[in-house]
Amino acid sequence: MSARMPAHHDKLKGKVQAQQLVEFDRVDFSYGANSILRNLTVGFPRGKLVAIMGGSGSGKTTLLRLIGGQIKAQQGVVRFDGEELSTMSHARLYAARRRMGMLFQRGALFTDLSVFENVAFPIREHLQLPEAMVRDLVLMKLHAVGLRGAHKLMPVELSGGMARRVALARAIALDPDLIMYDEPFAGLDPISMAVIANLIKRLNLALGVTSIVVTHDVAESFKIVDFVCFLSHGEIVAQGTPEQMLASDEPYVRQFVEGHIDGPVRFHYPGSPYDADLGLGS
Amino acid sequence: MSTAVVRGLRVVGRLTVDGVWRLGAASRFMGIVLLRSATTFRRFRLLVNEVYFAGALSLIIIVVSGLFVGLVLGLQGYETLKRYGSAEAVGTLVALSLVRELGPVVSALLFASRAGSAITAEIGIMKSTEQLSAMEMMAVDPYSRVVAPMFWGGFISMPLLAAIFSAMGIFGGYLIAVVVIGVDAGAFWSQMQSNVDLWDDIFNGVIKSIVFGFAVTAIAVFEGYDAPPTAEGVSHAVTRTVVTSALAVLALDFVLTAFMFTGI
Repeated sequence: MSARMPAHHDKLKGKVQAQQLVEFDRVDFSYGANSILRNLTVGFPRGKLVAIMGGSGSGKTTLLRLIGGQIKAQQGVVRFDGEELSTMSHARLYAARRRMGMLFQRGALFTDLSVFENVAFPIREHLQLPEAMVRDLVLMKLHAVGLRGAHKLMPVELSGGMARRVALARAIALDPDLIMYDEPFAGLDPISMAVIANLIKRLNLALGVTSIVVTHDVAESFKIVDFVCFLSHGEIVAQGTPEQMLASDEPYVRQFVEGHIDGPVRFHYPGSPYDADLGLGS
Repeated sequence: MSTAVVRGLRVVGRLTVDGVWRLGAASRFMGIVLLRSATTFRRFRLLVNEVYFAGALSLIIIVVSGLFVGLVLGLQGYETLKRYGSAEAVGTLVALSLVRELGPVVSALLFASRAGSAITAEIGIMKSTEQLSAMEMMAVDPYSRVVAPMFWGGFISMPLLAAIFSAMGIFGGYLIAVVVIGVDAGAFWSQMQSNVDLWDDIFNGVIKSIVFGFAVTAIAVFEGYDAPPTAEGVSHAVTRTVVTSALAVLALDFVLTAFMFTGI
């Protein structure tokens, strides 16, 4: 995981940046008055599997949307392969997106298309290939996620885990350089969770693809990722390997990893004193 | 000034600003849709699918409604004209009522209810289930791939549906006046032929249906794309499509009629 680079180490900075596929440099983002990311500086090394962890509302999904160019940073710079996303033309941004794959939390499969057609969609849209080749490619992608036999099914016929695997096959259809996973384990049974975790790791190793996993599932993600980055209130509070995080004394990391109900993240939503609300105060 | 008046003025001001802002957003949205329409015509299959979705699937309601409106017009027209000894003019009355007014207006209202609401719901649900975001992340522009084909499919379908509505209405008028009541068929058709002008009546009716088609389909695609990504948001967007389309059609009809037929 890249730490913040000292400003005077320009040569070193350039060398380190070249190793990053995605970089955030002092990024601020807010929805209206609600600040989501604050002065965020982080990098995602090529070929590595990185988990972004944090509670709900910590800015994890916003981070993915910034990388995809779906929203723009209000301050700071987000770079993909060295190129600033916010200044890209429409055509350039779409060219960059062809090098990205994204697995959405609920799969986001096209409900009017079969499993086969869902995976074929990006191939048909971007590549002028003979139908026989499209078929082979789609079946290969579906085979990689273990669902070649389900290619005729419609999305409504799939379980949650299967839908996510189909979405994963679709995300890798164009052999991307970067795959982003938005809460890939949410709402899955233990078997499906293990299957998805295994697929994420296998794809990362087999394709050498840079992977960013946004999750709050400690057990499953710590087994597969190279680095972990803890995000709280839009800021990085800790980062390192899973082993380093498990040994960390950082109170937020401890609360998150051990699942304490109270700590830096309070159990009670901020409000007026309890006795005052009940009219018991003097 | 009393507090109630100030509060009232604030509400009016807020509604006005919101309305102007929304109109601006819709105009910008439609500008983008029109600019990114090339794919729709390059990939003709997309357009054909949407014409089927918006047009062919609306045929039943248009055909049946047109027939019944024609039947009623024939009955009412005959009863009124009979008092003045001009029962043969019922064909003219039916045809002029349909091609000038009822054809474009009623078919636009039905189109908004059937196809407009379906377009809004489809785009809104695609948005709320992240299908549009997924498309964007696959480097496929949702404006080009989804919104523009739906817009053009609806826009092309609307004048055709209005023409079918009018044709069915005239057929309904013929059934009731000639077949049931016994008005002379020759007089029915010849009076219609001599009194309905191709440009002043039929062409103006077609222009109306084109304008209504643009308005209804533009409202439908905008409301769908602008819908908050929740079940309630999509439901409200569908309601807004039907209500706004109906009001827009009636208001536009008044303006167009004033220009076309009264020489204002």
